[in-house]
Amino acid sequence: MFPTPIQKRIVPVRALYVVGVILLLIMWLLPMVAIVSTSIRPGSDISSGNYWGIPSRIAIVENYSEVFNPDRSPMLRYFINSTVMTLPAVFFTILFSSMAGFALAVYPFKGRIALYAMFIAGNFIPYQILMIPVRTMFVKFGLFDTIIGLVIFHTAFQSGFATFFLRNFIVELPFSLVESARVEGATEPRIFFSIMIPLLRPALASLGVLLFTFIWNDFFWALTLVQSDKARPITFGLSALKGQWLISWNLIAAGSVVAALPSVVVFFILQKQFIQGLTFGGVKE
Amino acid sequence: MEKKTVNKLLKMQQKYAPVYFLAPAMILFSIFVIWPIFQSIWISFHKWDGFSPMTWVGLKNYRKLFDDPRFYTSLKNNIYWLVFMMLAPLVGLSLALFLNQQIKGMRVIKSLFFFPFVINLVVVGLVFSWFYNPDLGLLSVLLGVFGIEPIPILADEKMATFGIIIAGLWPQTAYCMILYLTGLAGVNTQIVEAGRIDGAAGWQMLRHVILPQLRPATIVALTVTVIGALRSFDLIATMTAGGPWGSSYVLAYHMYDEAIFNFKMGYGAALAVVLFLIMSVFIYFFLKRMIDTEK
Repeated sequence: MFPTPIQKRIVPVRALYVVGVILLLIMWLLPMVAIVSTSIRPGSDISSGNYWGIPSRIAIVENYSEVFNPDRSPMLRYFINSTVMTLPAVFFTILFSSMAGFALAVYPFKGRIALYAMFIAGNFIPYQILMIPVRTMFVKFGLFDTIIGLVIFHTAFQSGFATFFLRNFIVELPFSLVESARVEGATEPRIFFSIMIPLLRPALASLGVLLFTFIWNDFFWALTLVQSDKARPITFGLSALKGQWLISWNLIAAGSVVAALPSVVVFFILQKQFIQGLTFGGVKE
Repeated sequence: MEKKTVNKLLKMQQKYAPVYFLAPAMILFSIFVIWPIFQSIWISFHKWDGFSPMTWVGLKNYRKLFDDPRFYTSLKNNIYWLVFMMLAPLVGLSLALFLNQQIKGMRVIKSLFFFPFVINLVVVGLVFSWFYNPDLGLLSVLLGVFGIEPIPILADEKMATFGIIIAGLWPQTAYCMILYLTGLAGVNTQIVEAGRIDGAAGWQMLRHVILPQLRPATIVALTVTVIGALRSFDLIATMTAGGPWGSSYVLAYHMYDEAIFNFKMGYGAALAVVLFLIMSVFIYFFLKRMIDTEK
């Protein structure tokens, strides 16, 4: 292990280390602390200039119910839109890319390295090179300004990364499993659904968490493929609210917490899978 | 005889299986990712407002780039982003080395350090715009402690881009830190011990023993940071919308602005193509490495 294990150091150094870690952590999370503490501050504190002092009272219920009040803001609508968009997009991406990843890993057909490379490369390109054609296509097919449109686009785009991810995972699995299933007379779809999918479960969990945060946090496509409240996801909604609430920073803060919360919760529940997913295929070789 | 037919059928379905397994992902990916790249290149040779028919103008859009001061600003800022975002792997490595100790509760601490990466960039942008706000931002409070007047960072032509880059560094550093922490967990302890016996410590140990073993993590950290820096859009859109006076433009934002607000699809497409070409250089090296490890 590097550096020298702290247990081997003298006691004052150890104590200093612990204090150092805590101080650094506080500094590191200061922006988040600021936003959470503002989100529980009453509006009167903001107007009287008490931005950073002790809140005069705790206004959690007041602020957060204001954010979710459909008469005052469409945040609830945006939140539902984001959920309705993200979950099916994650599901279909996982379904299609596990199939594609399986094909790229198991069958020795011609040009599979080229296809694999295409999925990787497509996943790194700038969104801007897709923007005009995708937008035009959406308008033509009636997908512009719809949640279904966003689901389709995210599924298509994320399948690049997801296929690459799952293909690498499947390659590491023992191929003899597939072979013995074939000897038993199993059809290829059966091999995929009864043997592959159960083996893939840990990888699918990691991928699912990652995809959830990627799609939930998307802003660019929300900005370019959506125009009205009926399909606006929360990221776009939040930036629009900045104009509406203007100086009610306590409400903007509460809105931000609400927008960030699902990814944060998913991360803290499944952080092992999340981190494994992010570092997979890159760090260990 | 019957067995032979069955075998033949099984062989056949093995042969065609990759076709239908690949079909859904391939079709979607081709329609919405691959094909639009070529369409954008095609559009970039046209004058087009997005509604009326396109007119062919050849390289005119690209020539226009050279006369557009905003293009140079975008390009310059993209370089700033590229250069300064490189602090993310560096600081990420330092953080990882600092946190790579086993004390009680370290797992929780590490995940708290990582969590800025999970928050969406619109929220990060809001938090930082507000941190920089000269009237009510925490930065003015902190500066006030040292008796310094509030600085309106995002309203200052010279500082806006750097203010946004700092916001971008926050989640990116967290990501690099995790890559390095995972890398450090896999460092070969025997080699480290051997190094210790040979008298290597501190900097020498880091340079000659640890860093070479962290190479895969470094390559990934550099790749994702470069791509992330060139893609930067969300933070600019939320924090300054390119301002003040276009001083925080980058190619990605410039393109969006020309296409969506000025209806100059051809010119926007040309900007996107330039960004794409710059990025392809990095994508090429990444792909080459991926495919080499494949062989």
